[in-house]
Amino acid sequence: MRTVKADPKGVLTGSHYLDGDYALAEGALAAGCRFFGGYPITPSTETAERFSERIPYVGGVFIQMEDELASIISLIGAVWGGKKAMTVTSGPGFSLMMENIGLAAMMEIPLVIANVQRGGPSTGLPTLVGQQDMMQARWGSHGDYAIIALCPDSPQECFDLTIKAFNLSETYRCPVFVMADECVGHMHEKVVIPPADQLDIVERKWYSGPKDKYMPYKNDADGIPFLVKAGDGYRFHTTGLTHDERGYPVINAEAQDICVRHLCDKINNNADKIIELEEEDIDGADVVVISYGITSRVAFRAVQLARKEGIKVGRLRLITAWPFCEKRIAELAPKIKAFVVPEINYGQMVREVERSSAGQTKVVSVPHCGGWVHNPLDILAAIKESVK
Amino acid sequence: MTQEKQDTAVNPLEGFLRMERIPHIWCPGCGIGTVVTSFAEALKKEQLDLDKVAVVSGIGCTGRVAGYVKLDSFHTTHGRAIPFATGLKLANPEMKVVVFSGDGDISGIGGNHFIHAARRNMDITVICVNNFNYAMTGGQVAPTTPMEANTSTSPYGNFEYSFSLPTLAEAAGATYIARWTALHFRRVTKSIREALNHKGFSFVEVITPCVTLYARRNRLGDGLNLLRYYYDKSEIVHNADTRTLDITYQGKLVVGKFVQKEKPTFLDAMNTHLGNVLGDDYQLYGRLNDDRD
Repeated sequence: MRTVKADPKGVLTGSHYLDGDYALAEGALAAGCRFFGGYPITPSTETAERFSERIPYVGGVFIQMEDELASIISLIGAVWGGKKAMTVTSGPGFSLMMENIGLAAMMEIPLVIANVQRGGPSTGLPTLVGQQDMMQARWGSHGDYAIIALCPDSPQECFDLTIKAFNLSETYRCPVFVMADECVGHMHEKVVIPPADQLDIVERKWYSGPKDKYMPYKNDADGIPFLVKAGDGYRFHTTGLTHDERGYPVINAEAQDICVRHLCDKINNNADKIIELEEEDIDGADVVVISYGITSRVAFRAVQLARKEGIKVGRLRLITAWPFCEKRIAELAPKIKAFVVPEINYGQMVREVERSSAGQTKVVSVPHCGGWVHNPLDILAAIKESVK
Repeated sequence: MTQEKQDTAVNPLEGFLRMERIPHIWCPGCGIGTVVTSFAEALKKEQLDLDKVAVVSGIGCTGRVAGYVKLDSFHTTHGRAIPFATGLKLANPEMKVVVFSGDGDISGIGGNHFIHAARRNMDITVICVNNFNYAMTGGQVAPTTPMEANTSTSPYGNFEYSFSLPTLAEAAGATYIARWTALHFRRVTKSIREALNHKGFSFVEVITPCVTLYARRNRLGDGLNLLRYYYDKSEIVHNADTRTLDITYQGKLVVGKFVQKEKPTFLDAMNTHLGNVLGDDYQLYGRLNDDRD
């Protein structure tokens, strides 16, 4: 992994008042993204608008594709063309992208998709918040593969985590999701963009050996294969079929075993390096509230109220939702009375908490079907109930 | 053939094909290989730098072309070869990007992408092998299946109206359009050469026999017979009005070069327009791919 300083052309250094959607676009530009294939969908559209406005001054391409199937696969083409690429969407568009998210996983394509989540299913609540695509992010495309998903809780984090998303995608050669939500996407806050020379950007893992020896899926010592750019004379082949190191189709169980294990293990085996959590007052806590995105800010209020009532409450915020922090949960489970998991869905990440706790502690779901954030008092009630 | 000759016999397309992947999966009598040979001939005659030519395919029998050509080659998802090619071309404008796929892939599941890439006059070449059915999955009815033709999902004969692809391409904005049958080998080659040199969205349709499925179900004889039949049934009408190109079951096939016109490509239009509007602040895109240097 080679890091360089950010290309100053894309870095809008300074202190700004931006919404989360705009901050996603600025994060992408700062990370060196120079290709955006998008399709408008509320509440994510402002990211595409911002990128289309800024890119002519930076140097790159914005193209509004004819649908989300086209936008996601245009990114895969653009990555093989040598660019860093991003798109943004929300629930219905995310559903349409699923098949080619699988292709990106299979072809091991570094790219970033931001999902500014709204309430679903179907057209659901176009303008109102949800966190209902968390399981879809992990499992949405068919077959076994692994991805990385990050959850910003503020416009500042929309910027920071988009850069992180690009860096992770280049490090592990996989699609990375920025799982924002409508509240964070439309919230205006201060966003500080540092000078370019303070931003570390992971470079693509370019191959540099003899041209006729290049194999797009031959693992390097770190388990991640090298990439090349089309047009540079490697004359390589790649496919969505199960393939060997050369990228040639091999349709049998042995090749499938190698291929699928690799796609999953390159993420799972590096989970400790990938996972980022924010923890507060976990030691000695009776209850730990686990949350992510906008819900972590609402839950914070509930935690404050609970502490006033003398309950020992810790906070754990999932900055990285996938891979899931199962080790940390398993470590905490026997030490506490309960995990309380508020999220704006009918109970998704809480299943991971339950699985990782393995019966060692109580796990309390605080679901909200979307359309608005929780009332902190509902989370407070769950905290109080959980320590009874 | 003597032993010595056998040892030194070389496939004339050797440098162009991934010989380690030959034999290919296509049926004896299939027309796809002929179209690939035309394509190889076109590349050779144009003396293009093969390092700068990419082939993108979708899914299906023709979708397998990408797997056999010794170029940067991409076997993508069903229907999405064109938007993949769009991303590749825009990311690396110095490349010639060729989409090689079938009629079902391009006009059925991928029809929306086809019309929009044509509308944008995206600078790519689309070679569509039209065998009138979904062959890889066992010969089902396609948007191109002529009325009355029998397929595995129109077992009593097709009653849906079919697409005429050149008509669709012109209506959507394509700036180079030709149609041939696979036996028009030299003409296919010439059209592919013209398409490769054309700046903008170029479309070459090649009618080919599907021996194993379409021909057998409709009792149309073997590959060579059908190849010959299509050839004999074709009438060359260059610059034909593309509204007159409907294909009927075993009827006349109007072939030829129908459209060749100049229009700014997507990238040229983008650079010109943004340059005019934004002046010196605009970062001209696409002359050089400078990401790595």
